[in-house]
Amino acid sequence: MKSKAEVVIIGGGSTGASIAYHLAKLGVEDVVLLEKNYLGSGSTFRCASGIRAQFTDEANIKLQKYNIERWKNLSEELEYDIHFKQTGYLFLATTEEEVEAFKQNIKLQNKFGVPTRLIDMDEAKEIVPPLNTEPFLAGAWNPADGKACPFRVVYAFARKAREMGVEIYEHTPVTGLIVENGEIKGVKTEKGVIKTGIVVNAANAWAPIINEMAGLERDFIPIRPYKHQIVKTEPIAPGQIEPLTCPPAWNDSYVIQDGEDGGVMCGTGLEKEPLSLDDVQPTYDFLREVLKWATKIIPALKYVHVVRQWAGFYAKTPDSNPAIGRIQYVDELYIAAGFSGHGFMMAPGVGEAIAELIVKGKSKVPLDWEWYDPHRFERGELRSTAFQIG
Amino acid sequence: MSDKKNIIICRCNEVTQEEIEALIDQGITDIEMIKRLLRIGMGPCQGRTCLPMVVSILARKTGKKPEEIKLPATRIPVRPVPAGVLVGEMESDENEE
Repeated sequence: MKSKAEVVIIGGGSTGASIAYHLAKLGVEDVVLLEKNYLGSGSTFRCASGIRAQFTDEANIKLQKYNIERWKNLSEELEYDIHFKQTGYLFLATTEEEVEAFKQNIKLQNKFGVPTRLIDMDEAKEIVPPLNTEPFLAGAWNPADGKACPFRVVYAFARKAREMGVEIYEHTPVTGLIVENGEIKGVKTEKGVIKTGIVVNAANAWAPIINEMAGLERDFIPIRPYKHQIVKTEPIAPGQIEPLTCPPAWNDSYVIQDGEDGGVMCGTGLEKEPLSLDDVQPTYDFLREVLKWATKIIPALKYVHVVRQWAGFYAKTPDSNPAIGRIQYVDELYIAAGFSGHGFMMAPGVGEAIAELIVKGKSKVPLDWEWYDPHRFERGELRSTAFQIG
Repeated sequence: MSDKKNIIICRCNEVTQEEIEALIDQGITDIEMIKRLLRIGMGPCQGRTCLPMVVSILARKTGKKPEEIKLPATRIPVRPVPAGVLVGEMESDENEE
């Protein structure tokens, strides 16, 4: 293992891999990425693959509008097919009040160039043929939202980063940070020490542990892991449920067909406190709860076999917005963590923004640094809650 | 010598021996990544057919002992179950709950 590096990134998920790639792209020659398990093993490989700009606040809409533009070209840029497809997100309203809320959200999204529109149930049925339209009044439909393969995305970023000289060490847990007089001097791992002056904490659910190693309070950024599960069915004919389809009023339940193998991923907002940071054991109550809603959205799913269930973490902050930026207490300590279920979809732009912040001190990515300020929690200054799901 | 293009290792997702070996030749020797890039072990059989064979191929090509290669997590349900059965609205063919 290398004994020194210019930048060390902790966390080999979509965010960490994207930061590594973007640093290399900016010409930083000496980058190390550390992952305690295998790449993607934390949260990315357990996500539902969705990518959307349908948020309900300006900062997230602007960032995601930009990100979708990045996603469109990412296969070409990384020279590896990441299976990005603009199959849309379809949110479904069950009450008149919800239709009004959708209209307000659509207005805000349209203001920033996101082409969401209100559709009736006939159009929804054309988009998702087996949809049970009866309980719904209208849909918020953005055909520009989409999905990509989380496995291929992490691999593609890592592969390209390696080609450009980044050293990636998997199965290498970080055991400590060396900080002297407020400056980073190195990272201790189970396989040795790497001297460095710059560290990026991209450990998401595990980020508070890394912050503590840097001498910060563990709850300086109060990221809580919530077990979030997915149930997946056997493949069905392609094109049946391509968009992520979600009636938010139904416990944030959603269905989305895997763009690659055609199985249907079903999720619901049943959050569980994990027993530990390694507890990704699926639970039976989730299985029953998620299928109750999924078979109401798509009744024909009753006849489809469930083949897999797995769990991962939503690394949640109190306002469900991530902490992205520079940590002022330790010189050259950066963080991009606490994505609350949105890390995968934000990874291209966040990686680019953090890399530019490190190298140039500013970024051309439309990322509202103040909105995502890691110090907002200690000031008790929360943002409006980011719309979750998917 | 049989044609590796025609040897199916993962029957659920139709992955051939050639595809697996090509990935290993590119340096992807972690079974977790092989699994996810080729979708072996992710079909209805949950890897019962393919994973032992992938371990053998990996062992042979990397010089590791098969027991050194840790299998990916087994996902529940072990056998596919219709969603309707799990929500209690149908009986399965085998009358199992």
